[in-house]
Amino acid sequence: MGDINTLISRCEELAFDLNFTHAKEWKKADASRVIVGYMPIYFPREIIHAAGGLPVAIFGGGDRKQIIKGDAYYQSYICHIPRSIIDMALDKHFDGFDGFLFPSICDVLRNLSGIFRTKGFGKFVKYMDFPQNFLPEVGGVFYQDEMRHVLHYIKEINGLEVTPERLNHSIALYNKNRSLIEFIYDIREKYPWRLSMKDWYHILRAGTVIPVEEHNEILEQVAQYVKDNVGQRQDKVKVVLSGAFCEQPSVGLIRSVEEAGCYIVDDDLQLGSRMIIGDIDANTNEPLAAIAHAYIYQSRYSSSIYDVENPKEYRLAKIVEERNADGVIFASASFCDPSLLDAPIFQNAFDRMGIRYIAFQFSENINQFKVIKEQVGAFSDSIKLWEDEPMPVES
Amino acid sequence: MAPQDVIKERSMILQKEMIEGLFNDLEKAHETGKKVCYTFVPGNLSELIRTFDMLPVYPEINALQSAMRKKSAAYIKEAERHAHSEDVCTYVKCDVGMLMKGNIGPTGQKLPPPDILLLSYTGCFTFMKWFETLKREYPNAEVVMIHTPYQEGGKMTPEMINYMVKQMHEEVIPKMERVSGVKYDENKLKKILEFSKEAEDWITKIFETPKHKPSPIDAYFAGVYYIGPINIGFRGTPEAVEYYKELYSEIQERIRLGLGPVTPEGEMKEEKFRLVVEGPPNWTSFREFWKIFYDMGAVIVASSYTKVGGVYDLGWRHDPEKPLQSLAEYCMNCYTNLNIPQRIDLLTKCIEEYQADGYVTNSIKSCNSFSAGQLAMMREIEDKLEIPVGFIESDLVDPRYFSYSNIKNRLESYFQMLSQRKMMEAEEAH
Repeated sequence: MGDINTLISRCEELAFDLNFTHAKEWKKADASRVIVGYMPIYFPREIIHAAGGLPVAIFGGGDRKQIIKGDAYYQSYICHIPRSIIDMALDKHFDGFDGFLFPSICDVLRNLSGIFRTKGFGKFVKYMDFPQNFLPEVGGVFYQDEMRHVLHYIKEINGLEVTPERLNHSIALYNKNRSLIEFIYDIREKYPWRLSMKDWYHILRAGTVIPVEEHNEILEQVAQYVKDNVGQRQDKVKVVLSGAFCEQPSVGLIRSVEEAGCYIVDDDLQLGSRMIIGDIDANTNEPLAAIAHAYIYQSRYSSSIYDVENPKEYRLAKIVEERNADGVIFASASFCDPSLLDAPIFQNAFDRMGIRYIAFQFSENINQFKVIKEQVGAFSDSIKLWEDEPMPVES
Repeated sequence: MAPQDVIKERSMILQKEMIEGLFNDLEKAHETGKKVCYTFVPGNLSELIRTFDMLPVYPEINALQSAMRKKSAAYIKEAERHAHSEDVCTYVKCDVGMLMKGNIGPTGQKLPPPDILLLSYTGCFTFMKWFETLKREYPNAEVVMIHTPYQEGGKMTPEMINYMVKQMHEEVIPKMERVSGVKYDENKLKKILEFSKEAEDWITKIFETPKHKPSPIDAYFAGVYYIGPINIGFRGTPEAVEYYKELYSEIQERIRLGLGPVTPEGEMKEEKFRLVVEGPPNWTSFREFWKIFYDMGAVIVASSYTKVGGVYDLGWRHDPEKPLQSLAEYCMNCYTNLNIPQRIDLLTKCIEEYQADGYVTNSIKSCNSFSAGQLAMMREIEDKLEIPVGFIESDLVDPRYFSYSNIKNRLESYFQMLSQRKMMEAEEAH
């Protein structure tokens, strides 16, 4: 295993290379290769991989690109991510990308797909309407149609026929990827000091812009590293970070939370890499049906998925319990409708259940964290100082 | 003429009677045993609700009417006291606040709780979140959600239609049968759809009348009243057909007499500017907002908002021979379920066919379904048609986000620009 710090630095470089150099070099090596950009949160990357493509996550420019042109496209009361993505597109960061996928997250990202169409970015633009109906014979069939639609677009570019064998192979690779990720999350839950959330974030995010085979190799090295008793325990509380599943907070914010006395032991940052819980069947004649089945039965909770049959507040409470977390930090991107509309549901339920939480908002490009640090510090202190006197739980 | 002195035309009286009747029925629902269905306007399945003899409640209509009656501010504050963010849809907060304060509807009558929450999530992701909230407020209500695919590729594909029809067969109809105790009767639905189709023919004719000069109606400010019956549960009734026939006849008379639109202060005397408006209106200061336009002689000849409950002017109609497929197509065919290129094409068509002088966007702070993308649409339309565009910002029902002076200043500047352009064009013509 190479030096872990070198590996993490390399991941940071890959994760925040807004020109996607590695992906573009990968494409140059073979004329049939295609790059498909997808917006957060989730996309079944397996199908792009099977079609000879590289799925590349587009999270926006974060705090590493000044938004200039994007402000002319989005009003001040719309979240930051579409404006930074437009800025990136107009500044040609996506040159060489063959297509763009917009999963159904919210109205803003949905309409951004239309702007990409209008501007003629890429050879195809597809808004991926994830089913909100969870009957396999209804929503599941629709989902398979949507995936076929994407495969059709890619085939028009590279002519590659996607067989069940190819899909099964890709599914297996992503199964391994998710399994390694969850292994590291599990270790971090018990020994969070072994790998900071900041470093883990970089490692995870690198995986969204490079081939899955390469990321699996990186994850294996990281898994090996966290198995060892490295680092030193500090007096911090364990928290789950929730609400930042689309527009990402800057790494400075994640660091600030950690420095203010918290170990982040679970989160929904980069939810797409972890959306499916467990493996997808990789030995089937109907791999698209297997992917659809996994989406219907094995998805994590998300503010972008209709949840009446499976309420999200209990699903998050279960994560808090399983991770032995002391509380929850709700971090919503400013003007993020799905996250902010869920806030009262979570908070009212957590008040009843006696789960401690704080909530704040961020935008991808803020780099002043003093107020957030103070708030998180007070939250962490309040847990440490009064941990023997838990909040009363209503019956 | 003062607002209280406005002469009511027969169509206005008919509409008033229909709406009063609905709220009276809702008030008595418990006594009469009628089941109550909460749903939304875009993609509403009024005909299906009527097939099961249920009464509809439209939360966003309650919110806008509360705003017009100056009640929304208190409701919104109440919701914000319960962790609702300042940044999200104010319809949601107004509705939740109203519920928290006793669920007294805009007419002053108490609204019954829902027996069923029927969510047709069309063109607005927030609707889905809204009903998740309502389900927690009304845990005893059955909830049924019909996922309406977005017209991302600019068309309704057979897969999309099949998906919706299957949802109706598998989930919507069985749940409605269970809640209402009424068996699904397709023949009954077909008869209702006959009336829907007829009402849609009439409303299309009505919204085509602004092609006349001067326009006999304002297709935005008055238009929101015209779409009332077809959007809030009366589509599929003979009463709605009668209302639209009567309205059309009144408008024909105005055309015959060469009259312009009726405003809250009487007839508009001179049509100086013809505009197309994109985006919902502001409801908290509706009259003041409208006045800025009619004081300047500006008539709205077409608007996207009046298509939020269904786009009929491109020829689509409910088809009684294909009842469920027709309902599916209807859901997908609402304005905010069209993709951005389709919306640009539709607005372009309106500007051209109605010979508009300009195009104005009212960008609504809390409605991303409409607002996200509006600036890009403006750029495209401006480039394509070389038409002056105006841009203002307000909100649906939160009075804190309606700045009268800012909006007036912006619009006055815009109207000056239009005047200068008209003068230049007149000079060039000579």
